[in-house]
Amino acid sequence: MRAADALCEALKAEGVKHVFGIPGGANLPTYDALYDAEIEHIQVRHEQGGGHAAEGYAKASGKVGVGLATSGPGATNMVTAIADAIMDSVPTVFITGQVRTELIGTDGFQEADVTGITLPIVKHSFLVTDPRHIPEYVHEAFYIASTGRPGPVLVDVPQDLSRADIEYEPSTGIPELAGYKPSTEGNIKQVRLAAKALANARRPVIYGGGGIVNANASEQFREFCRVDRFPVTLTVMGLGAFPAPDEQWLGMLGMHGTRAANYAMDEADLIVAVGARFDDRITGKLSEFAPRAKFIHIDIDPAEISKNVPAHIPIVGDAGDVLPKLTDEYRALRAEAARLDEWWKQIGEWQEEYPLRYDDSEDSEIKPQRMIEAMFKVTEGEAVITSDVGQHQMWCAQYYDFPRPRQWINSGGLGTMGFGLPAAIGAKVARPDDTVVCLAGDGSLVMVCQELATAARHDIPVKVFLMNNGHFGMVRQWQELFWDRRYSAVEMGDSPDWVKLAEAFGWTGMRCTDKGEIEDTMKSAIDADGPVLVDVHVTKEENCFPMIPSGAAARDMVG
Amino acid sequence: MEAGTPDLIKLEDLEATSGLTGRKHLLSLLVENKPGVLARIAGLFSRRGFNIDTLAVGPTEDPEVSRITMTVDGALHPIDQVTKQLHKLVNVIKIRDMEPEQTVAREMALFKVSAAIESRGEIMQFAEIFRADVIDVSRRTLTIQVTGDTGKIDAFERMIRPHGLVEMVRTGEVAITRSRPEG
Repeated sequence: MRAADALCEALKAEGVKHVFGIPGGANLPTYDALYDAEIEHIQVRHEQGGGHAAEGYAKASGKVGVGLATSGPGATNMVTAIADAIMDSVPTVFITGQVRTELIGTDGFQEADVTGITLPIVKHSFLVTDPRHIPEYVHEAFYIASTGRPGPVLVDVPQDLSRADIEYEPSTGIPELAGYKPSTEGNIKQVRLAAKALANARRPVIYGGGGIVNANASEQFREFCRVDRFPVTLTVMGLGAFPAPDEQWLGMLGMHGTRAANYAMDEADLIVAVGARFDDRITGKLSEFAPRAKFIHIDIDPAEISKNVPAHIPIVGDAGDVLPKLTDEYRALRAEAARLDEWWKQIGEWQEEYPLRYDDSEDSEIKPQRMIEAMFKVTEGEAVITSDVGQHQMWCAQYYDFPRPRQWINSGGLGTMGFGLPAAIGAKVARPDDTVVCLAGDGSLVMVCQELATAARHDIPVKVFLMNNGHFGMVRQWQELFWDRRYSAVEMGDSPDWVKLAEAFGWTGMRCTDKGEIEDTMKSAIDADGPVLVDVHVTKEENCFPMIPSGAAARDMVG
Repeated sequence: MEAGTPDLIKLEDLEATSGLTGRKHLLSLLVENKPGVLARIAGLFSRRGFNIDTLAVGPTEDPEVSRITMTVDGALHPIDQVTKQLHKLVNVIKIRDMEPEQTVAREMALFKVSAAIESRGEIMQFAEIFRADVIDVSRRTLTIQVTGDTGKIDAFERMIRPHGLVEMVRTGEVAITRSRPEG
């Protein structure tokens, strides 16, 4: 069998139904094989878009997303998406064409050392040197991408090798990898220790992250949180792992999180981190982070434990395996629930004193927060929301209450502007029956607007709600607050005309400039067939509050 | 059971392990003998801001496995974090943070020393004391091979430097665990 056909067979054996990519010289054999393979190929218009679509697919479904690109520029275009996938632990496999073996190292046409370029941003990579390894590498790539702490795996396939004739045998079972054995169970002695510490805590906080979503462990997480009245907060990556709103829910944690959540961390005596990595957007000034707390840290990646914040009780394991044990151990201790009364009283005061709030306009102007509230209302909190990066992302994280995991798909770690539209395309392909809305920023969307063509060509009915403030809004906010209002290169003018642009790509374009019409406009966009872009003009210079200034402590929140 | 009974863990008794050990660590890695493995390891060190003091790479008794021996300063880098990050590399099979008391470590160094006729005798005497071998001679220089632990080689360097050290090459340490006397 031709190696390229074996590659497609291996993809099918891994259950792949959809791939996102662009053909080129070096991956011609793969695309020739795709012509007959029962795999739907979504032709994107830029490889970065293909990569983000694969991520959106993976985040929405929990399955491995697949991106294809040719050698050289095709592959380098995908680098941003690969970096995004490593930062947010997204199970993805990227298959790139490479120049013919005899040309490798000669600076051949469209040659780039993609394996080398991506070394620091992949979970693992394979450069094929023997065509007989191609199917085996694909299986190993899927195994590595989807197990342990998920992440991107690259398979770089020289053009000549994918034309070779090889024996193909469907793979069975788990690949044997001498150096890769993720541990999932969690040490039971550590779990017992954690339960006992927790039973003695007077001011505990549960701090959950994207690892819970990746582990499909939201149910186990909720049960653990409810074994007692533990206050719960989540990172921007974890939203949906615990339902919002809820009696135990403190709101999002971190730079633009709620005061209740950040103050609770600041005052806590015991913090249970689950699938979270103490990112600087969470800790603020590290030396003043949660100064009174001891830490139980549950994570599948041992290297995350004590990386930024020393753990007192480390537990390496899968949240889905560890949490039920911790719940049982804790329950058996029959801790006195009333010991948390005082803590809740304090938290209640913060919640009352510092709710999320904004001043609505007195005229028809649309405040950005109002736009998110409208979005929540119109979608009844049920839509899959993808987001770009910036103020709109933070407002959405604050004001859209996500009841379930895999409903909020954003770029948290790398903070990739332009993530939203292609991710929405991927998410809609994965979950055709769900409403998929991309909450876009006008700075972000124009970076990937070519993907409007992808949705039109493949008839993928995503809805883009564009929060248009004519600025790189978050950068403008920082320049206003911390750089003396010296606005440098943050104003964007009124180009493009988004309605015309949408229509030029074959979308329906709508515009909304009046807060009285916003819900109706959004509703008609969702009800309409096909992809729709709604250009929502919002207040140009609104700030996203509250916030912890960069490098400051939680106590020093402003706004 | 009530909260706060002795059976429960008192939070103030919990301690976190500290990151820096303050001493030199010798890490012995077994890695798959595949292209690009060294690049992955070197890349990891540069990306995470760790510094490798010495590095030695070679085959093992198994042709599919190579041995990498490296020294890393535990006063500057959290060794625990270094080893955990190394473990994440799929091609790294095993890592051992060698215990100094249970380890035999050796390094080889070549010194090219300017050696005029009148100082030659003294240099060769040093070499003899250090059980080093003269492996090349020219009219102006002597080349000396020294094997031993890092301390011995450092000492030899200090002795020889005043005579005019033209060039020095060191392999970096390799190490093996000590066998028990009965073993």
